[in-house]
Amino acid sequence: MRLNPGRLFAWAVLIAFLLLTIFPFYWMVRTAITPAGDIFTDSTSLVPHHPTMINFWRILGLVDAQTAREAGGSGAKINFLRYTLNSGIYSLVIAGVQTFCCAMAGYAFARLRFPGRDFVFAVLIAALMVPPIFTLLPNFTLVKNLGLIDTFAGMVAPSLLMTPFAVFFLRQFFLSVPREVEEAAVIDGAGRWGIFWRVVMPMSRGPLITIALTTSVWAWKDFLWPLLVGRGEQTRVLTVALGVFLQQSPNTQPDWTGLMAASVLSVLPVLALLVFLGKRLVQSLNFTGIK
Amino acid sequence: MTTSPPLAAPAPPRVTPVVTGKRRRDDRQVAWLFLLPVLIGFAVFYLYPTVRGAWYSLTDYSLLNTPRFVGSDNYADLIKDPKFWDSMKVTAYYVVINIGSQTLIALGLAALMHRLTRSVVLRATLLLPWLVPNVTVGLLWMWLLDANLGFVNHLLNGLGLGTQGFLASPTGALPSIALINTWAYTGYTALLLYAGMLQIPQHLYESAALDGAGELRMFRKITLPLLRPVLALVLVVSLIGSFQIFDTVAVTTAGDPAGATRVIYFYIYQQAFTYFHMGYASAAAMFLVLVLGLLTFVQMRLLRASRSDLA
Repeated sequence: MRLNPGRLFAWAVLIAFLLLTIFPFYWMVRTAITPAGDIFTDSTSLVPHHPTMINFWRILGLVDAQTAREAGGSGAKINFLRYTLNSGIYSLVIAGVQTFCCAMAGYAFARLRFPGRDFVFAVLIAALMVPPIFTLLPNFTLVKNLGLIDTFAGMVAPSLLMTPFAVFFLRQFFLSVPREVEEAAVIDGAGRWGIFWRVVMPMSRGPLITIALTTSVWAWKDFLWPLLVGRGEQTRVLTVALGVFLQQSPNTQPDWTGLMAASVLSVLPVLALLVFLGKRLVQSLNFTGIK
Repeated sequence: MTTSPPLAAPAPPRVTPVVTGKRRRDDRQVAWLFLLPVLIGFAVFYLYPTVRGAWYSLTDYSLLNTPRFVGSDNYADLIKDPKFWDSMKVTAYYVVINIGSQTLIALGLAALMHRLTRSVVLRATLLLPWLVPNVTVGLLWMWLLDANLGFVNHLLNGLGLGTQGFLASPTGALPSIALINTWAYTGYTALLLYAGMLQIPQHLYESAALDGAGELRMFRKITLPLLRPVLALVLVVSLIGSFQIFDTVAVTTAGDPAGATRVIYFYIYQQAFTYFHMGYASAAAMFLVLVLGLLTFVQMRLLRASRSDLA
């Protein structure tokens, strides 16, 4: 298309939005590689005068307390390697198990015949209307009474097996799978499980990856539930650890260089996700959001 | 929701012996096995807590005692609680700023993308803030808006506008948080709207261009009317999400200064886990269920009243 002044202006606006999106992340990295001692004298230039990786080493718990204190830390034990790992496990376990269970249920709702199917499905979907905080309070009591506070089991429990949305999403997809494919397998003597596991699941790789991705991103961002149930060192995830780290700041001023280094850790995995699966993620928004 | 037409139709005749004597296939045994994990998860962590939450709202439960039935006391207290109404007002103010700015900017952004480019890289970049934990977003902007060393204040000083308190200021804190979340969610919202715009037939724009219509006119006369159902749906979803703001507030201001950012989710959280008023918190949560249900209902009615010609 031709470039007229209007079009040029439109491009300029779009690029301005892009910069506005990216610049804060740039500033996060820029702060993370600034020595804590320089933060008062060197907080305006686009590139720090003395770039360093020390902030990363100290929040990952890779240097001794003395060195960490000298580099601007509070001296309190901090181990973001562990918290990042915890976040990763939390996300992957929930995404994997939940997707599998919801696929089974979605298939049953889409293809199997049994009394009460539409009613059960309607009840499940109605749960989408209940805001999470309402069920969160009693769920906390339940997990507490079971003695599962600060355990991995207690943390993953509420979202491990299902979310109404995942069941709904996968059911809608399974409805669109042509019946002929399954009928051929029936004639070959396959049972219901065989059809599901060997025929339908391999065909559905796209939507399964989409829902697993969405779920893992959701779990990666999750804050309130892990804050209530997994504050302990052993189960602490990245988001909770960031909050704790902010409160631990030694001086009147938060430990910004350390905090930004820790923030970078929470961005890196989703950045990797965008680089490798960005296309799928972007295109999946077409139907997870609207269809 | 949808009851699918293909499933209502009678099953085709079968040759397998399993279905002898029955016209309709019945998979009840195997079906319950397929459903078992999801039904367990649903019963234990959705259904049971919903009933239990409703029950708590009628008791004096404090996490430590055995709940005792107190009738409608919690609700009566709630109605008289100025802090509760204050938190509703704060939330409404937040939602208006957040959803207003986010929807308008996202609409503009989506329209620009729709008319300029199909670049996947560009869309993926715009999605980045949405993928990052809200806690990280909150921290990052807390740093950028810092009164002494924050980049934004450096910029304002450079322009001769003077330092702003932002998150520390009683009047500035709530709009700051609302705009921080606008930054985080605009790209995502824009992508949803953009996906809706892609469904509009291209030839409409081509013939409008032949008739000499400009871009702004096309936006008003083609894009906006045909996008309305998608726009309404996106609005409902983001409105409900916006009402449930918590993470950003918890990290940046914790309800301060002086309750200026104490949104309803944070108020319920405080009542339940700082003061252990579990029964009271449940009553407040119940109220939120009603408000959100009402909003959804109203929005859906509006949506139905304005079906697009494409639907």
